[in-house]
Amino acid sequence: MSGSLLAYVVRRLVWTIPVVLLVIFLTFVLMRQIEGNPFRTSERAVPESIQRNLERKYGLNDPWYVQYAMYTKGVLTFDLGPSLVLRQRTVNEIVKEHFPRSLELGGLAFLFAAVFGIPLGILAALRPNSWLDYGAMFFSNVGFAVPSFLIATLFIYYFVVQWDVGFPTSGWTNWESKVLPVVALGLAPAAYFARLVRGTMLETAQQDYIRTAQAKGLRRRRIVGLHVLRNSLIPVVTAAGPLLGYLITGSFVIEEIFAIPGIGRYYVTAVTARDYSVVMGLTVLLSVIVILANLVVDILYAVLDPRTREARA
Amino acid sequence: MALLDVRDLKTHFFTREGVVHAVDGVSFSVDRGRTLGIVGESGCGKSVTALSIMGLIPKPPAKIVAGEVVFDGRDLTKLGERQLESVRGREIAMIFQDPMTSLNPTLTIGTQITETIKRHFDLSNERARKRAVELLEEVRIPNAASRLDDYPHRYSGGMRQRVMIAIALSCNPMLLIADEPTTALDVTVQAQVLDLLDELRESHDMAMILITHDMGVVAETADEVIVMYAGQVVEQAPVLELFDHPEHPYTEALLGALPQIEGERIREARLTAIPGRPPDLVSPPPACRFAPRCPHAGGDSCTETMPELRELRSGHWVRSAHPTSERAGRPVGASA
Repeated sequence: MSGSLLAYVVRRLVWTIPVVLLVIFLTFVLMRQIEGNPFRTSERAVPESIQRNLERKYGLNDPWYVQYAMYTKGVLTFDLGPSLVLRQRTVNEIVKEHFPRSLELGGLAFLFAAVFGIPLGILAALRPNSWLDYGAMFFSNVGFAVPSFLIATLFIYYFVVQWDVGFPTSGWTNWESKVLPVVALGLAPAAYFARLVRGTMLETAQQDYIRTAQAKGLRRRRIVGLHVLRNSLIPVVTAAGPLLGYLITGSFVIEEIFAIPGIGRYYVTAVTARDYSVVMGLTVLLSVIVILANLVVDILYAVLDPRTREARA
Repeated sequence: MALLDVRDLKTHFFTREGVVHAVDGVSFSVDRGRTLGIVGESGCGKSVTALSIMGLIPKPPAKIVAGEVVFDGRDLTKLGERQLESVRGREIAMIFQDPMTSLNPTLTIGTQITETIKRHFDLSNERARKRAVELLEEVRIPNAASRLDDYPHRYSGGMRQRVMIAIALSCNPMLLIADEPTTALDVTVQAQVLDLLDELRESHDMAMILITHDMGVVAETADEVIVMYAGQVVEQAPVLELFDHPEHPYTEALLGALPQIEGERIREARLTAIPGRPPDLVSPPPACRFAPRCPHAGGDSCTETMPELRELRSGHWVRSAHPTSERAGRPVGASA
């Protein structure tokens, strides 16, 4: 049993390699489709000869396959190259300094969403159509519909400006500074979790094998806790992987509002500045994060549902 | 005293479209060690009757609005949920129609058997597992010990139904309710499972309620048969009596829809279908519920008043104004 699980994990790990290569390739191709050049901006035009020198230095005049080969080689050796715009810094340095903050923000927001949203969904499902259920689903609708930048702004207005409960408006230092951004970012996914868990639990409760469990005389606690919950978590875990990836990579707006020096702002400014190496480096990095999150999901999935271990032999 | 005595059971579903009279005044009893067959077409209330006995009807929308289910001296409809839980699986066990979906796909067969045993008996893990292996051997799963840690998807449909039977037997219940236990299985497997069921019923000294729409299954297994139509019992008789002398026009029609491959009636008639559809149970016909489809109804009391269940012969009950034995000489369909 555990042997088949191990084989499954190894198989999935091997499969991530071609996926990462494909991501590098697609990013490379897409980046070349964007018009412009980091050294030919209108605001800070430098003489033609210098532009050409710079382009030669960074290999921008080489045929695309040479550039692609160089780049792939760099990524595989964990060298994302120099930034084309921020002359003194390499992409590796930028990632090393700023990415941990985004990772922490996204990770904490995910944790908040799971710890708050999943139990809320369970409670709602245990008493469908009760006031508790209506309340939870009302929260879920609001949390899902209201965009995070509005929530963040409201948080700052009320918690900091009006009531001054001790949270700062910006920064990413002590825990007080982390509460508001984490909750603002995690509220929508918490609402999503609550809705998803409620739906799958109610659906699972209708299954024939739940009726079997009841006919066996099992206690309600065991039926709900083992039979219903375990099977309901399978779709939840499926949704959690991409969500974690999204939270780590998509916190740009929240980082802006709370002035958190994360990786998001570099991403956006790098695109407008045509800083190829930064854009590509970050895209590849974030893709790898999403791929890893999905890998974890697939492994959890195999633990939860024995059928998937054998399906793709 | 009978092991199970169901008296005037009424289970209704309160839906937006109205009250569905799914089970409407059903009475029967089952003696220790005997098999009662309940036959009828889809939607006649067979399964709801079974689920009502177990207290497993979906509440809401369903509710037992009247009647008693006296099992071993207690009225199960009066028991609380916790007390009912201790009856289910321990004293009354149940197996269902579709073995492919009746087992939890994410738990091993062993877990699903032992959790039942450990729920009702104070046994260690090891003892429960040993007992589970014995049970799997009893239902003739080959290499039982090594299959205990397999998940249901490794078992075929017939094997899964055997596992369901093993679970049902695990606590030596006094009554086994089998709701269409062979309907979803291959024809060749059907006979094996049915034989196994009957054999185990005898060796475990259980009573059984066998719910089916298949007259052949009833003939093979049941001692006593009730025929249900539109939420009511329309005929009740010992099995041979029912097949030899069906009284209710509906029972006749059911038997007429069976292919005959031996005996005197072979090739005598075409296979007949029953015209019309079962009635809508939100507003069933005011009188005899079979009247709209009955070839003998019309021009008399049965379209105005509900016929009572009456005993025509000893042990043979029928709910019809025109039982076969009372219309001798009257050609079928004469009034139509």
